Amino acid sequence: MKVLPISLLSLLLAATALVSLSLGKYPLAPGEVAGFLGHRLFGWGTFDAERLQLLENLVMEIRLPRIMAAALIGAALAVSGAAYQALFVNPLVSPGILGVLAGASLGAALGLVFLKTWYGVQAATFLGGFAAVGLAMGIARLCRVNSTVMLVLGGIISGAFFSALVAIVKYVSDPYNQLPAIVYWLMGNMAMADQGMTLKAGIPILVGIACLMLMARHLNVLSMGDEEARALGVNVEAVRLTVIVCATLISTLTVVLAGIIGWVGLIIPHITRMITGPDNETLLPATALAGASYLLLVDDISRLAFTFEIPIGIVTALIGIPFFVLVLKNARKGWL
Amino acid sequence: MALLRLERLSFAYHRSEALADVDLSMEQGEVLALLGPNGSGKTTLLKLILGLLKPSRGSVHLHGRDIRTIPRRELARMVAYVPQVHKESFAYRVCDVVLMGRLPHSAFFARYSENDRLIAGEALERLGIGHLAERPYTEVSGGERQLALIARAMAQGARTLVMDEPTNGLDYGNQLRLLERLKALAGAGYTVIFSTHHPDHAMAVADRVVMMHQGRVIRDGAASETMTPQALQELYSVDVRLYCVAKGVQVCVPAVRLGNNSREHEENGHHVGSR
Repeated sequence: MKVLPISLLSLLLAATALVSLSLGKYPLAPGEVAGFLGHRLFGWGTFDAERLQLLENLVMEIRLPRIMAAALIGAALAVSGAAYQALFVNPLVSPGILGVLAGASLGAALGLVFLKTWYGVQAATFLGGFAAVGLAMGIARLCRVNSTVMLVLGGIISGAFFSALVAIVKYVSDPYNQLPAIVYWLMGNMAMADQGMTLKAGIPILVGIACLMLMARHLNVLSMGDEEARALGVNVEAVRLTVIVCATLISTLTVVLAGIIGWVGLIIPHITRMITGPDNETLLPATALAGASYLLLVDDISRLAFTFEIPIGIVTALIGIPFFVLVLKNARKGWL
Repeated sequence: MALLRLERLSFAYHRSEALADVDLSMEQGEVLALLGPNGSGKTTLLKLILGLLKPSRGSVHLHGRDIRTIPRRELARMVAYVPQVHKESFAYRVCDVVLMGRLPHSAFFARYSENDRLIAGEALERLGIGHLAERPYTEVSGGERQLALIARAMAQGARTLVMDEPTNGLDYGNQLRLLERLKALAGAGYTVIFSTHHPDHAMAVADRVVMMHQGRVIRDGAASETMTPQALQELYSVDVRLYCVAKGVQVCVPAVRLGNNSREHEENGHHVGSR
């Protein structure tokens, strides 16, 4: 693990988090927010009681839960994207492209309509995402061409299939209450992530990220091909299944928290890989920090660029799509 | 006790038999070359020895133990695979690729230790590519990549190396340099089994040559005895001649190169085929 890029990215995340806590309809000075956090956590300095109440309300209750959710989602999407890319030896895959997000949204939509409990929705979301990545892999394998493009196509087909099923759920759902909820949420929306949900989803997300980081060395070996990995003593099937389960779990949990936020899982691992190199022992923690910082920034844009809030999924797509074109252009150079 | 013993080893891909009743045994320190046309079962044989394929019949014994009973991580510390150079990979640094060889030596969730890094560095130095440690694996030459894969096999600590066409895709100079390294490894006590399409490479470094045809071993013996024009003609269905260019050094020349004057050459050169 390289320490320098990790420390720099940690600083970046701290700075972005501080700026994001300061920005809002009622702007605060980042210095004041830092001072307040110091006071709150360590009892440093003194604050006027009235001001303290305002800051408590604004920073701790309104802004912090959302910022934690954004950071968790960004980290989860980036780490799962990097893990899928290493696992499939394919720089063009991500939770979005493999259809995981579409499958998860079907699970979540069904869960919202029929199960209604939070754990029910979470389980249905995971199963939907897992089914989608399975379908994408199945299509790629069925065509017996073991190429980068086939898996991407398999993911597109799988994503389209699950999107069609989501459309059925939308069609049969109650048009006054359920339909707007589903549509609004599928756009990718941070406004629904409240404190309780963030905590409930946050713990399994952190556990999933930690598991993937612990398997970084195995991911490196797996990306050299199955046979080499086996000859190096790796139980390929078990490791692959664990990686798919962890990566799918954390990316589907982001769908539970905030709907479909595409492109983060594709572009952030690429940008990070340019800085740190492809060694997953460094790449995974680095991409988690970069993904968290990126989503905080994008969330600031979606909150503040206009007088109304734009769904964050739309902003990540608008930024991500031109970047994806660059990735495709460079894909033949060394990443493949 | 033989280091490696194959008994009536057979394998079938979807009912078509790729390998049939191969019996073979190897001693420690031997260098064995596998020769045979495409599809003759060389790669299948190598994969069976590595435990990457399960035999449909027969068995592979290493140090007297059936490899099916040896846990995968332990097997990886005994036999290392040097695959053909591959193109599709992320741009890991050369030293990171070599470090992968230390994976079977550490606990599942551990990190590589300083000792692992030291061993990987030594392996790079021994193969003379220490200066490439920090370079991206995808940007060094094919020959250097093959050396990095051999370094990884050495870092793995295995004393038996299985190489699938190690000279494939290398330019002429790199082929010869690689053969020199192979010879040095054998001198250092490694047991090497490699497949090749070049009879000359087999003659240059192998103590023993095994010729395969349609999944069967058709000849097996010391390089000097098995490598005859008749054997090669039978193996590849082409006309070749063997010439002795110095004491104990033979070269293989395709008959097409000799044209109509082949008889004249035979008279002038030392044509070993007509002994």
